[in-house]
Amino acid sequence: MAEKYTKRFDGRKMNETRPIVAKAGVIKNADGSAYFKIGDTIAYAAVYGPREVFPRFMQNPTKGILRVNYNMMAFSGPGERNRPGPNRRAKEISLVSEKALLPVLDLEKYPNTVIDVYIELPQTDAGSRCAGISAASIALADAGVEMKDMVPAVAVGMVGDTPVVDLSYHEEQPGDDMETVDIPIAMVPSTGEVTLLQMDGITNKDSILKVIELAKDACVVIAETQRAALREKYAGESK
Amino acid sequence: MNKESQMSNGKEHMIKAITADIRYDGRKKDELRPVSIEYGVSTTADGSAKITCGNTEIIVGVSLTLGTPYSDRPDEGTLMVSCELLPIAHPTIESGPPSINAIEISRVIDRGIRESGAMDVKGLCIEPGVKVWMVSVDVIPINHDGNLIDIGSLGAIAAITKTLMPKIEDGVANYKEKTKNALKLQHTPVPITVCKMGDQIFVDPTKEEEQNLDARLTIAVMEDDNICSLQKGGGAGFTSEELKIAFELAVAKSKEFRKYLA
Repeated sequence: MAEKYTKRFDGRKMNETRPIVAKAGVIKNADGSAYFKIGDTIAYAAVYGPREVFPRFMQNPTKGILRVNYNMMAFSGPGERNRPGPNRRAKEISLVSEKALLPVLDLEKYPNTVIDVYIELPQTDAGSRCAGISAASIALADAGVEMKDMVPAVAVGMVGDTPVVDLSYHEEQPGDDMETVDIPIAMVPSTGEVTLLQMDGITNKDSILKVIELAKDACVVIAETQRAALREKYAGESK
Repeated sequence: MNKESQMSNGKEHMIKAITADIRYDGRKKDELRPVSIEYGVSTTADGSAKITCGNTEIIVGVSLTLGTPYSDRPDEGTLMVSCELLPIAHPTIESGPPSINAIEISRVIDRGIRESGAMDVKGLCIEPGVKVWMVSVDVIPINHDGNLIDIGSLGAIAAITKTLMPKIEDGVANYKEKTKNALKLQHTPVPITVCKMGDQIFVDPTKEEEQNLDARLTIAVMEDDNICSLQKGGGAGFTSEELKIAFELAVAKSKEFRKYLA
């Protein structure tokens, strides 16, 4: 039987996220951009567009295209340097991140165009896809793309039998006699719609539904930091 | 939206401005943009820095890996610089394998550091013929506003000097435990890219200026004013008179850039 996880390695409450720093408008060349740091994971996101689509045959006259690209810098992982460039993992994360953001966009407003979202991570410590989505959401709003809501994202899960919010790298690999379940989630706070849902590990359906509820509370907190970042950039301009 | 097309017609106008010694951003021909360097921007790297020069912003991460030395240099570690031009940094950069621009930037930064003998490669040897440290320097612009070679080099040197060697336990690197041994550079080569547009010569080009350059010459200058690497680029040539001006400019300007290194 697994050892009980009663105290988190970093002293957080079970439903508490790591400290968050969110900033909007950090990359000057981009139409919209953001910096999102949660614990020791740092994501930059830049939005270019809506802009013309190349190759042109990909243009859709009825609606715009969203393209998301997730990339870890070569030195951003623990341990040895990773070879730069896209791998299978990065491509899959790009895909699910795109699907996580789509539900809040009304791409029919942007026919024949593409909205490119580039997510770059200089430093990671678990939860990088969620940090990327959270950053991308701020960047899309910063670019003035019409959105129904923000898309906050966080990984929840089980360490041993204990439900936890925002797993750290240490919690993802806690040790031999403890199993971890890792469930990255993105959601639309206003509707409660879940737009990213993946899982690694083994647990039962009741536990999954329970931690999804924990994720919702955490996402409301994250959404507030996202909006605060945008307010900080734009509050001065309205005066 | 498309800034590029507006620019291509404006070259003559730009040359007029440079001739009058008031560039589009208000600088003089020999004026560098102010630089700031922030260290420790990536704790997963063994050394890191973010360098900002005007609107150009570059993240540099240094990674140490244990590996086998080259057979012709059994007692020397290795150094490799890689620049990645990612689409996050500028609207005209596309995703894909390293472009020829990125490869040239990587190689010119690499050459400046390598040829100056700055890196004590013998100090990277752990067991001759068997095990050495391999130093990878990743130079990643996150906002591209020109002069990536000069700014990237300065950032690379800054990050290298703040790189701590991981502990070696049973022949394996323990990246969680860093020793107090920092990588040492015996020299500080600082490249200055001297640009030519029409008959005008200037330094530290913005992206907008780079798009209209006729030629450029990157001159890496050491702290004793010796020169340790050269790279000429662009479709036009330099006259002897222009080369003389270029070398003088590079030597003078390299001192200004070197001051930013801690």
